Amino acid sequence: MSVFRTLSTKPWVADRGYISDSHGFSSPTAKVFLSIFLGVITAVFALLTAAYFIRMAYADWQSIPVPALLWLNTAILILSSVALQWARTSARREQAVGVRRGLLVGGAFAFAFLVGQFLVWRQLGSLGYFVDTNPSNSFFYLITGLHGLHLLGGLVAWFRASLRLWRGADVAKIRMSVDLCAVYWHFLLLVWLVMFGLLLVT
Amino acid sequence: MALTDVTHDAQDFVPPAEVAEEELYHPKTWLGKYVFSQDAKIIALQYSITAMGVGLLALVLSVLMRVQLAWPGAVSFITPDAYIQFVTMHGMIMVIYLLTALFLGGFGNYLIPLMVGARDMVFPYVNMISYWIYLLAVLILLASFFTPGGPTGSGWTLYPPQAILPGTPGSGWGITLMCISLGIFVVGFTMGGLNYVVTVLQARARGMTLMRMPLTVWAIFTATILALLAFPALLVSAIMMSLDNLLGTSYFMPAIISLGQQLDHSGGSPVLFQHLFWFFGHPEVYIVALPAFGIVSELLSVHARKNIFGYRLMVWAIVVIGGLSFVVWAHHMYVSGMNPYFGFFFATTTLIIAVPTAIKVYNWVLTLWRGNIRLTVPMLFAIGFVFTFINGGLTGIFLGNVIVDVPLSDTYFVVAHFHMVMAVSPILAVFGAVYHWYPKITGRMLNDGMGKFHFWVTFVGLYCIYYPMHYLGIMGVPRRYFANEGSNGLPDWIPESAQMVNVGITIAAILVASTQLVFLYNLYHSATRGKPSGGNPWGATTLEWQTADTPPTHGNFGKELPSVYRWAYDYSVPGAEEDFIPQNVPASKKTGQAT
Repeated sequence: MSVFRTLSTKPWVADRGYISDSHGFSSPTAKVFLSIFLGVITAVFALLTAAYFIRMAYADWQSIPVPALLWLNTAILILSSVALQWARTSARREQAVGVRRGLLVGGAFAFAFLVGQFLVWRQLGSLGYFVDTNPSNSFFYLITGLHGLHLLGGLVAWFRASLRLWRGADVAKIRMSVDLCAVYWHFLLLVWLVMFGLLLVT
Repeated sequence: MALTDVTHDAQDFVPPAEVAEEELYHPKTWLGKYVFSQDAKIIALQYSITAMGVGLLALVLSVLMRVQLAWPGAVSFITPDAYIQFVTMHGMIMVIYLLTALFLGGFGNYLIPLMVGARDMVFPYVNMISYWIYLLAVLILLASFFTPGGPTGSGWTLYPPQAILPGTPGSGWGITLMCISLGIFVVGFTMGGLNYVVTVLQARARGMTLMRMPLTVWAIFTATILALLAFPALLVSAIMMSLDNLLGTSYFMPAIISLGQQLDHSGGSPVLFQHLFWFFGHPEVYIVALPAFGIVSELLSVHARKNIFGYRLMVWAIVVIGGLSFVVWAHHMYVSGMNPYFGFFFATTTLIIAVPTAIKVYNWVLTLWRGNIRLTVPMLFAIGFVFTFINGGLTGIFLGNVIVDVPLSDTYFVVAHFHMVMAVSPILAVFGAVYHWYPKITGRMLNDGMGKFHFWVTFVGLYCIYYPMHYLGIMGVPRRYFANEGSNGLPDWIPESAQMVNVGITIAAILVASTQLVFLYNLYHSATRGKPSGGNPWGATTLEWQTADTPPTHGNFGKELPSVYRWAYDYSVPGAEEDFIPQNVPASKKTGQAT
């Protein structure tokens, strides 16, 4: 409702001038930045989903088999997210050991997930399901590829935060980076669950 | 957000902004200061110069197209293939690499931090990267001119299947580089765009509430949100198109026989591409129109010495137009064979968008009403914008209706419409903005005589170019055609009178295009030899005119950030000593307000 209140103020009434004590949202700027970026990524995957459904309606669509390995990968990604959440909580409590372990385990699982996804690609390829075999295959490779790229981008941020920590930076100083990494990981997990669900249902 | 009511004695109540200088990166080398700069103002200039450079190329391409249409065959290197390549590159460059980059990357970067009272964008490093990625996208686009087969000739809409079939010029390297360039552009823009939005949300000066922001900021802010949500559609379609092109997938490519050969593609949907493309493409119209709206509101108010009429409605209209722009895209696809009910829906939403737009036009006119109008060059361009936007908007009401659109589709009527509404109008706003803010950027005024000459030739010339195109369109002259002549070299299936009109349009186009050289010379000449402008030559209220230095230094506002006590449009306030009260002036006797 505060949006409507804001939008209905009459700025020209001089003697009702307000002055704001805070600048913008109460959450840190980097977090607002990340949230809006997550909105942009949501748009990408929402559009892909829409295109998926539209293309599915055409006669040549044949569903792609879902390799069992994808279940394992999903579990690994969940663990990765959990580990980063652990790092995040530890950072809040200023426990350096927890942050280190959480980051390390989270990053390792994320790498494992990417390797796992690559193995899924190899598996499907060896079974003859190439990117151009059927539109469902094309979408599968596109969605997993784009999701993997986003995770890879997250790993760059993860690497920078880890590097600072190992070089002896104060936990308080990298708390924000750890926080943002964890939020980003949870978001990508959510995206993956939705995309995986889409593949399973169709 | 905690709000404290400020009473009349605001100047006693509010302590001076105790904001220490933020942690800005201060470069020590020339390279760091002017090339790899993290100062939004330098980045803005880099964006603007790159955009205008590539825009000049697109202007030359359009002149070449016009020469071919007026005097078919007169220039030997304009072959049918080259012609359609010029059409494509002209459109793509103008819409994306010029207008989007100039309004958001150029004006957004320069004006947002200054107008909201911030020291810089919130993430200057990301902001810098944004420009270099944009430059890379431009270079890749230009590289396609030098590849075998040349740039793509599929029209700026890049419709498959023809965009990637061998019959289309540039079907190999051309379309590949185009898709890569667009993808990179989207990535670079996203970095900048996130900065613009977050800066507006988070870095406003003390007292700068959302409803005290100048309309320019509101407009660029909203346009950036549109771009952030719409460009993913372009990214997704560019990727899928590339996969169809390079890996042989069939997202968009149907089963097709090309040059006697059955291609590997099957079952893809070209209409799916159209949906994705226009889901980006229509908001794109407002991505360039909204900043123009905002800038024009600013110029009209400043140069008519009058507060903007209906500020709240202006803000609401910007937001409503932004929202509606996402539900009108299929009006570009009436001839794609869509369900009539679908067309009815999109015709309705399209016509509804005329309501907030008309509100804006009325408010501009009412702002001028009984104002102390000063016909400065920026004001002339702003009024020119309002005229032209009304003209272009009215033909939009024609084309928004399915039954009128179908016969007019793919004729010069459409060309006339979209040039009036989203090419000429925004460019007039760009010119107005350049004349208006140039004194702040350089500390010198642009030459007035050259400016007025530039305005009148451009304004009248544009009408000579685009008005007759409506008649050509109604006659049924199709767009994108290389020539309208028969085997004898004379126009044989459009009347000779239509060909006469084509010649007239081309002469006007050459005149208008060459007049832009005067503008460029003015920019160059006045930078060193123009009349010194002082800090606030127009007597404007917004914060960018209240900086300690002109041009503003890195950090914008010196030691203390300004506090904002009023909205951006306190012009000709009764009882005030001057006819404007800057936003950072508290209520007092000087401002004519009771204390």
